[in-house]
Amino acid sequence: MKRRADFPLIFEHSVPGRIAVALPEPDVPEVPLEEIVGGGRLRREPAELPEVSELDLVRHYTRLSQRNYAIDVGFYPLGSCTMKYNPKVNEDAARLPGFARLHPNTPPELAQGALELLWRLEAMLCEISGMDAVTFQPSAGAHGEMTGLMLIRAYLDDRGERRTRVIVPDSAHGTNPASAAMCGFEVVTVPSDARGNIDRAALRRVADGSVAALMLTNPNTLGLFEEHVVEVAEIIHGVGGLMYLDGANFNAVLGITRPGDQGFDVMHVNVHKTFSTPHGGGGPGAGPVAVKRALEPYLPAPTVERVGDRFVLQEDRPKSIGRVRAFNGNFGIFVRAYAYLRAYGPLLRQVSEAAVLNANYLLAKLRAHFDVPYDRTCMHEFVLSGRRQKQEHGVRTLDIAKRLLDYGYHAPTIYFPLIVDEAIMIEPAETESRQTLDAFAEALIQVAEECRTDPDLVRGAPHDTVVTRLDEVAAARKPNLRWRPKAEVGSPA
Amino acid sequence: MAQAGDWHPHRYLPMTAAERAEMLRATGRASVEELFTDIPEAVRLRRPLALPPALAEPELLAHLRELAERNAHADRLVCFLGGGAYDHVVPSVVWHLAGRAEFYTAYTPYQAEVMQGELQAGYEYQSMLCALTGMDVANASMYDGASATAEAAVMARDLTRRDEVVVSAAVHPHYRRTLETYVRHLGIGIRTLAHTGGVTDPASVRDAIGAGTAAVVVQSPNVFGCLEDGAALAAAAHDAGALLVVAVTEPLSLGLIEPPGAWGADIVAGEGQPLGNHLSFGGPYLGMLATREAFVRRMPGRLVGATTDREGRRGFVLTLQTREQHIRREKATSNICTNEALNALAAAIYLAALGKSGLRRVAELNARRAHYARTRLAAIPGVRPAFDAPVFNEFTLRLPVPPDTLNARLRDHGILGGLALHRWYPELEDAWLVCVTEARTRAQIDVLVDAVAAGVAA
Repeated sequence: MKRRADFPLIFEHSVPGRIAVALPEPDVPEVPLEEIVGGGRLRREPAELPEVSELDLVRHYTRLSQRNYAIDVGFYPLGSCTMKYNPKVNEDAARLPGFARLHPNTPPELAQGALELLWRLEAMLCEISGMDAVTFQPSAGAHGEMTGLMLIRAYLDDRGERRTRVIVPDSAHGTNPASAAMCGFEVVTVPSDARGNIDRAALRRVADGSVAALMLTNPNTLGLFEEHVVEVAEIIHGVGGLMYLDGANFNAVLGITRPGDQGFDVMHVNVHKTFSTPHGGGGPGAGPVAVKRALEPYLPAPTVERVGDRFVLQEDRPKSIGRVRAFNGNFGIFVRAYAYLRAYGPLLRQVSEAAVLNANYLLAKLRAHFDVPYDRTCMHEFVLSGRRQKQEHGVRTLDIAKRLLDYGYHAPTIYFPLIVDEAIMIEPAETESRQTLDAFAEALIQVAEECRTDPDLVRGAPHDTVVTRLDEVAAARKPNLRWRPKAEVGSPA
Repeated sequence: MAQAGDWHPHRYLPMTAAERAEMLRATGRASVEELFTDIPEAVRLRRPLALPPALAEPELLAHLRELAERNAHADRLVCFLGGGAYDHVVPSVVWHLAGRAEFYTAYTPYQAEVMQGELQAGYEYQSMLCALTGMDVANASMYDGASATAEAAVMARDLTRRDEVVVSAAVHPHYRRTLETYVRHLGIGIRTLAHTGGVTDPASVRDAIGAGTAAVVVQSPNVFGCLEDGAALAAAAHDAGALLVVAVTEPLSLGLIEPPGAWGADIVAGEGQPLGNHLSFGGPYLGMLATREAFVRRMPGRLVGATTDREGRRGFVLTLQTREQHIRREKATSNICTNEALNALAAAIYLAALGKSGLRRVAELNARRAHYARTRLAAIPGVRPAFDAPVFNEFTLRLPVPPDTLNARLRDHGILGGLALHRWYPELEDAWLVCVTEARTRAQIDVLVDAVAAGVAA
């Protein structure tokens, strides 16, 4: 079959002898390397890295970047991910030499500006969340979940309580049960009720003295506010358990309601979602954990504290769970989050108002064209079902998602939450204009129409992308996870 | 102040007051308040957030510059500080490319057909990391070196079905503390093995481990800068049926030193910051994780694999996802979801910029300049090497004055001195860990030597 050539790998641009950096001469007395690093330790075969010029390098990665979808390219309605605009000035801030060139082992008295930034950010996160103290070490949402559950465990252990179970709703992110397992907890799954809230009757049945915590996302992954959150907290607190908030959906409620006031004891904040720090194509994120006063003694060491007019890294924390990573967390991400919050101040509330209004506006436009399994006022996101398109036209949600790529949009999150058949989860975020939402709704309605008139067109999508649909089954069956030099390749794959 | 009925234009919000009114009408609501009626009144915040007032961009930058300038960063003081993060030259090209918005404003590549850039870059990163470490497979990154090392230990437990981990005291203390936290509730015990003259003695490893040992965790170059005898440590671990986990905090060392894959390491974990990533007060960095082919299905984290599209063209996808939390939930190999993709991209660009010969040359530069500095510093009366083992770009000295005192004196010469090791090893009260990378010139080293000579004599 005639086909376009494969896009080359950087290794395929390699020409022996090329280099993209200028290196100085050692400029020190010549000593045999064997003498420096000890006999027999010198690397025998050099690492098989590509050899390219600086321009080769620039073109390769520039072209790769052009094969990527990104917020700066277009609308990214990826539910549960809060793909909002990442302000440029935040990047400038993080690259200031005083931040980017600051060594993490610098004595705290020489890093006062950095520590002050963290201390101020902690105060702002506490005000927004209704919590009392923060750790900055966790480096992503899931890392925060693990840390938060360890804090709960340490708190309970300290009180002599051996509680073994963590309750997770069936609509939860997969990280919730995985994080609970990493903390040695048994996971109990509780169903959702007909309105999309956690089923309180089922919750009461499993809530007993063995429960360490309930992990809840609020608004939940259906994009709905848990209407009975106060009662749910009473049920859990009533049996001596703690309330953990998965903060993935915090963007819906900034300045509207605070998790600390809803009865949550611990939460993580996905700053790469809520506070606009770029997601980097899969990280870096940051998942600072905020807690109520009772859990503060257990936070990872060190914490940032103010002593008089100085800021210190407090290592002396006898009840601390320890570290969850080296150094001070993803500091460069916190610079961006801090800049974002200072750019809004109390106007932050408008972020959530606009995020929720955008979602409801889009839902209103799409309601007639897709099934809406839980048709309530949504928060910052909503979940449609493609079951009508599947039953009537044999077109799956995956096909609809792929067809949207042809229209120049990123697809929504699909097949999540697991409790919705053929789920299509759409989160527009507050930084999108009405015109963008109108155009996207038009495209999605057009795809729904194509499901009826030309289902093969949708099933064969995407058509206009740099590659067509990729064979994931073959990728998993015969994993090819790295390029190998020709000499190492045995049989042709 | 934002009252319920007001709307204040903001540069990051496209919505105008007029559009807001129209959009509310389109949803059948009379006010924004009606969007929030599912929230119980008892938990509504009925006051403005008590946050400092909004800043316009110039004021914002001025404020951040003021905070930044109160830090003794590595462009202001000449940095001889290491200890798990390293001041290397980051070529301009690295962040001009990694800093392209098409990369940094993307999400995780869930829609492969429009994310081939990210995915191919991940595949290339994995390939380069395998080449660097001498291992068969590498994942697309972890949070940092410490958490990657902890996850490697958990992985070793799952692979061996044994529940004890023996860790060398010469592993970075942040890594050891992270490891302790990660395994505390998983029924994994940790034993710490004292170092012998700054290195891990293979004979004492043999004595310490047994049929219950899942892994021996060492670091090379270790926290004192010393190179471990990797092959002997691997043999000791393997003879007892345990795996060898090697933490690498300075991956540039692998340009010059035999990589862990060549000595028989089973899992290599480590810190990728030295590969083109800024110091940034500790993060974002990237965790490296590489292992043997046979172990790939027990590996945590994302993996990019090559495949083909319907026309037979090469393309890339996230693969072997049945290991991961979104499929396996509580039975996943780890809870990790978001990793450090952008930092891994920077590491790959950095490695490609150096290339096969450049990596070796930059590693040699580190070793030669560090050797020169070590030799000259050790010639100062009262200063002596703490350990005899060979080193790469970091070394421990014993000082005749308290290291903190010397560091304070060096600051007057514009120098950010080495690490006072008593912070981590109270018994090493006179030990000073000095790092000399390729970014330090001979002239800077000579200034350091003179300043130390004056500082210890004062």
